[in-house]
Amino acid sequence: MKLLEYEGKDVFARYGIPTLKRCGVIRIGDSPDGLALDGKGPWVVKAQVLAGGRGKAGGVKLAKTAAETREVAGKMLGMKLVTHQTQGKALTVEEVLVEEACDIAREIYISVVLDRRAGAPSVIASAEGGMSIEELAAGHPEKIIRVPVDAEAGLLEFQARQLAFDLKIPKKNFSDFTEFAKSLVRVFIENDASLVEVNPLVLTADEKLVAIDSKIVTDDNALFRHKDQAAKPDHEASDIEREAKGIGINYIGLDGDIGCMVNGAGLAMATLDTVKMAGGDAANFLDVGGGANVEQITKAFQIILKDPKVKAVLVNIFGGIMKCDNIASGVVEASKKVGLAVPLVVRLEGTRVNEGKEILARSGLKLEQADSLWEAAQKAVAAARR
Amino acid sequence: MSILLNKKTKLIVHGFTGAQGSFHAQQCLEYGSDIVGGVTPGKGGAEHLGKPVFNTARDAVKATGADASLIFVPPPYAADSILEAADAGLSVIICITEGIPVMDMVRVKKRLTALRNAGRDVTLVGPNCPGVITPGECKAGIMPGYIHKKGSVGIVSRSGTLTYEAVWQVTSQGLGQSTVVGIGGDPVQGMNFLDALKLFQADPQTEAVIMIGEIGGSAEEDAARYIKKEMTKPVFGFVAGKTAPPGRRMGHAGAIVEGGSGTHASKVEALKKAGVTVVDNLSEIGGAVAAKLKPKAKAAGR
Repeated sequence: MKLLEYEGKDVFARYGIPTLKRCGVIRIGDSPDGLALDGKGPWVVKAQVLAGGRGKAGGVKLAKTAAETREVAGKMLGMKLVTHQTQGKALTVEEVLVEEACDIAREIYISVVLDRRAGAPSVIASAEGGMSIEELAAGHPEKIIRVPVDAEAGLLEFQARQLAFDLKIPKKNFSDFTEFAKSLVRVFIENDASLVEVNPLVLTADEKLVAIDSKIVTDDNALFRHKDQAAKPDHEASDIEREAKGIGINYIGLDGDIGCMVNGAGLAMATLDTVKMAGGDAANFLDVGGGANVEQITKAFQIILKDPKVKAVLVNIFGGIMKCDNIASGVVEASKKVGLAVPLVVRLEGTRVNEGKEILARSGLKLEQADSLWEAAQKAVAAARR
Repeated sequence: MSILLNKKTKLIVHGFTGAQGSFHAQQCLEYGSDIVGGVTPGKGGAEHLGKPVFNTARDAVKATGADASLIFVPPPYAADSILEAADAGLSVIICITEGIPVMDMVRVKKRLTALRNAGRDVTLVGPNCPGVITPGECKAGIMPGYIHKKGSVGIVSRSGTLTYEAVWQVTSQGLGQSTVVGIGGDPVQGMNFLDALKLFQADPQTEAVIMIGEIGGSAEEDAARYIKKEMTKPVFGFVAGKTAPPGRRMGHAGAIVEGGSGTHASKVEALKKAGVTVVDNLSEIGGAVAAKLKPKAKAAGR
């Protein structure tokens, strides 16, 4: 799950990581008058969306006076943001964070990531903060510092020192930095994160060390031991995605018009790829899971049909332990239950496949069958175009 | 020959008496796997599916001489079961459990690496995988047994149902499998492609290998380097997730394109450069393998 900037900073606060002074978070419908702007300013107004590149897209603004800050914050709420990370789609700004701004003397990049090859966390840092780390890694890989971390010991003293020297941290901020780096690694480990990023970490004109942004991604598998996190909404998920999750279906909405119901994540991904190859676009990723019974298939149909873009549905199920005849009966019963009005293409394979096909053929439902994934994808694309 | 499992393998099942463990252990027994017992703390001394239940993995190994373990324990406790199995001396540990926190697997990986460095023979397969099967000899997992056929194609895959798809195509072509290994879809896992390829390369029964990858991580690229340098057997590949949007987790925790790495294009390119026959259309993988192996079998008079 991805945390918004202010949620990440709430976590930072618990670990003593310095951030800018917060003047408030306002949501759509809130009045900017609620912001605590009693300092002398200036202030920084930041759109709380889950995409990098906010600044360039107009989602981060400076304001000199309290009146200007309120105006900017009010205007930013409800604004549509398109950044290089949103794949051309616009995100609506639903929340805005306002903080006291600082004078930046230097920007540093630092993050803790999961190094999959090593099977352990790793600190990634660069003296050149502010810009995107992907660009830096591509252009100047020599400017990136990597420190492997032992997940049980955390960041060791000498590793923190080494980072501070490599990043040329001034003497005055040296011990603040080593404490900060160790805390950042603790945030990663203790919160079951898969990414904790501060870009930039700033040295201010008045020689203070401040994390002026936060990006935290947590591991959904570990939510059972982080009840506070589990209770928070998943900002990235759409309404349909949230609903699907609630009933145990793995669904991700996409841009196309062919609804897909598949068992298994890998086969579901391969189905989307095959639909694309056949000249169409899938409306969703959907894994019904191993127990594809009537109830689960009915729920999956209901979820798929909530998307008004869907013009045809492709069911691709490999019957293993769950036999094809049972799955076929499930598909028939579920289509009747939901009153399926769009064309349906079904491809079954596996245990008792002939019995399954027979059940589908005799169901009286208007559906097409396919023998292979490729044939199914072509039929679904043709059906959606009719 | 085969890899990881054969007809002599003695299996114990962790989470033996639970719903998942019971159902799949029964299926494995029906396939002919030699399950010699199970582990459920607190139920030691009982009998389940006609096999003894033990409180600890150590007790189970001592009483039965088991050498492999199959784990169905729920996510919060599964990492501990893997470590318990390793501690009890089991050399092949297959963990089916889906949803183990990554940080738990980081700790597991560290301990298993330490054991191996100390000279212990221990291999973890999974977690979040369908398991391992050596057709006609031993099934340790949740895959449907009947789709498999004894043969010469080794299969290694990150995804469950995609593995079945590949197995079924191979079987439908009249060919069979030496061993099929599901390595699972998690970002931190036991055996990876590279480890499985090394075993298949060394296995005399295996004549060709299918590897089914997916987006995320760099395991396919690592495997490509090995294939180019060391592998003499033909390798056929497919990579799922060509059309997956970046930054979204496609079901498997490991199937996610992050910061431009782990993309479909980079994996396919690396594999092709290494001489792997990569199919764009999954429906063609069985045919591709048959085109290579069947003329060879004919020439050898089989």
